[in-house]
Amino acid sequence: MTFKQILDSGNFVVTAEIAPPKGTDLEQMNHHIDLLKDKVDALNVTDHQSSVMRFPSLGGCLAIKEQGGEPILQMTCRDRNQIALQADLLFAYTRGIKNILCLTGDAITVGDHKQARGIFELDSVQLLRAIDSLEESKDLAGNDLTGKVTFCKGAIVTPEAEPWEPQSYKFEKKVDAGAEFFQTQAVYDLANFARFMDYARRFPVKILAGIVLLTSAKMAKYMTDNVPGIFVPQDLIDELSGVPKGSGLQKGIEIAGRMIAALKQDSICDGVHVMAINREEVVPDILEAAGLNGQVD
Amino acid sequence: MKTITRQKPYEEILQQLEFCNRVFIVGCGTCATVLQTGGIEQVLELKEKLQESGFLVTGWTVIPTACDEMTAASAGEHEAAIQGANGILTLACALGAQRLNFYLDKPVLPGLDTLFIGLEEQPGCFMEACDQCGQCILGYTAGICPVTACHKGLLNGPCGGTNKGKCEVDSDRDCAFTLIYNRLKEQDRLDLMKHYHPPRNAQVSPRPRVKILDQKGIEQWV
Repeated sequence: MTFKQILDSGNFVVTAEIAPPKGTDLEQMNHHIDLLKDKVDALNVTDHQSSVMRFPSLGGCLAIKEQGGEPILQMTCRDRNQIALQADLLFAYTRGIKNILCLTGDAITVGDHKQARGIFELDSVQLLRAIDSLEESKDLAGNDLTGKVTFCKGAIVTPEAEPWEPQSYKFEKKVDAGAEFFQTQAVYDLANFARFMDYARRFPVKILAGIVLLTSAKMAKYMTDNVPGIFVPQDLIDELSGVPKGSGLQKGIEIAGRMIAALKQDSICDGVHVMAINREEVVPDILEAAGLNGQVD
Repeated sequence: MKTITRQKPYEEILQQLEFCNRVFIVGCGTCATVLQTGGIEQVLELKEKLQESGFLVTGWTVIPTACDEMTAASAGEHEAAIQGANGILTLACALGAQRLNFYLDKPVLPGLDTLFIGLEEQPGCFMEACDQCGQCILGYTAGICPVTACHKGLLNGPCGGTNKGKCEVDSDRDCAFTLIYNRLKEQDRLDLMKHYHPPRNAQVSPRPRVKILDQKGIEQWV
């Protein structure tokens, strides 16, 4: 089944995320692909995440294809103008990369090339519409294209964004622009998330809740205080700070597994997107803790 | 409206002056004076510093508005001192520096970096208000320009970095789309938040941009 068919199947969808290396040593990335490709429905490859120059997302997606997995190409608008974005989409399609996550991209200034120019010629909504145009065999200049392309288009949303209203308008613009699935920013407060889902259910899109692995109380506190759109409830921070030294990761796996199980049990959303940043090797443990032991199709 | 400038590091000024030993200094009485980057005080400070560094300062002046055509006459008043110099250091913006190039046959060296066109929001606080993109959308955005007020120049709403109404790059800066949302709400025009903005045309007027207004007042674009 394609990822699109899995989304439409009504089954609880699981995606995870891998990060390309800083350089040409692909061993660890390939190891993560090998470890996860049969345990999740699709694997995102980040696109110079946090504006740090790395091996490209396209290269990571090709590696997933070569190993028999299903990639989701993360594509930001930060580093490429509309000519380069369209060309990469055409290339991706010809190599069997059919799922695109459209993102604005982090600011250049948070990354490691602080003097680089941020392009942002398109924004995430315009990128979604650009893909729509390619699917109609037209480029953004209105010229005809040979061959056909069809993608499964995704976008992101931040359910805990503050203020929420401007974010909701953007979410709806993404829906109007053809987004078929959304992977959310990390969510930790399931009651808040359920309220977001009450709203999101009004739209014909699939929502995968973002699950970011917490590894310590310190990390949880840092995220809730500093990362835009992330709220970690105090009881989770307390739960993490209550464990013996060295057991934070285990507790984090337990929390993530518990949350995934609850989301699935209560059919709160359509699936989850697991981001175990720098801890990709424990994703199978998280899925096991969630009771999701089965291999995917 | 003011051209916002910042004085270059002294080391960089010295590097530009490596080829010469006699300097004439030009300040500007308009923007650079208000910004305290190229008024009389800064010109005199730089004169002292250059003298301490061993330069002969043949003279100095602060031209009322260095970017306008009166600069020719102002430069003429100091002809002897300018002729005595082998480098002209200017504490005017880049427009002033280029205007001086029209009239002087000596190298004109910028002592300032030109940053942006600023609107004085409050006394002493200049904000970048316009990117001169040639496709004004202020009518849809409650008069707040997201091209300049959003760090990424987004058109269709906030990015995921927006945080409690502030910007991810600087928690002291407002998120443009929170400002736009709030003002549209006050104006009872929130429907405009739904308006889809297509990609901007980056070639509305291809660079270098030139406009000619002929004597009959007829516009020509080159």
